[in-house]
Amino acid sequence: MEIVFYVAGIVAIVATILMLTQRVAVHALLYLVVSLLAVAVIFYDLGAPFVAALEVIIYAGAIMVLFVFVVMLLNVRIETARGVRLRSPAVWIGPGILSAILIAELVYLLATGEPGYATVSTINPEEVGVALFGPYVIGVELASMLLLAGLVGAYHLGVRKIRAGRESWN
Amino acid sequence: MELIRYGFLLAGILFALGLLGVLVRRNIVFTLMSLEVMLNAAGLAFIVAGARWGQADGQVVFLFILAMAAAEVSVGLALLVRLYHEYKSLDTDGASRMKG
Repeated sequence: MEIVFYVAGIVAIVATILMLTQRVAVHALLYLVVSLLAVAVIFYDLGAPFVAALEVIIYAGAIMVLFVFVVMLLNVRIETARGVRLRSPAVWIGPGILSAILIAELVYLLATGEPGYATVSTINPEEVGVALFGPYVIGVELASMLLLAGLVGAYHLGVRKIRAGRESWN
Repeated sequence: MELIRYGFLLAGILFALGLLGVLVRRNIVFTLMSLEVMLNAAGLAFIVAGARWGQADGQVVFLFILAMAAAEVSVGLALLVRLYHEYKSLDTDGASRMKG
């Protein structure tokens, strides 16, 4: 449906603008999650259900959890001192309305039966897998090496060593 | 044809917003979040092109972008924690005093 594409695109742009204008990092994270979910709805509408699921699971799930962990780890004292309360309605009403729009779109897409933009045919996960492990298999190997390098790098930067009785980084 | 026009327009707007965030915000958490928006916009462009020509290649490239974003964000957040413990602030200008 074209209308789903346009509405989800507007939601993504609005959520990204609101993310950039927030002062507190946790509030910005809420809007960033909404922006990623809007892009996931667009992917579903464009006939890419596999990538839409991965967008929700990995981007809005795993990567955002990393962000929330780090922000909570570093900023929680500053924000509670400033009197910012996460449960006050002013914080969640904006992201709540935007994600309610996205849910309504998803229900509409599923209820009308034929998901997808008019001129687009759905590409199944099977085709993606065949392409991924056929001509692009060298890319998979390179991605695995990149992830290993990221793992080693994050561990190297994050580990705290205790040398001669005092704690130090590296 | 209008799919590719508006799809690329949306990807371009999201990428520009992410770039604006990288340039304008000084908090390093916001810089990393804007980088995520930019990577996501690049992936959206690939998906739109893949949908336009009905090929799976666009989705394959999106998976590579996803893996790259995961590696980037893990290293970036480790650097952020390290920077915060070093300078006690999340200001990127704090790191301009770094030597070597």
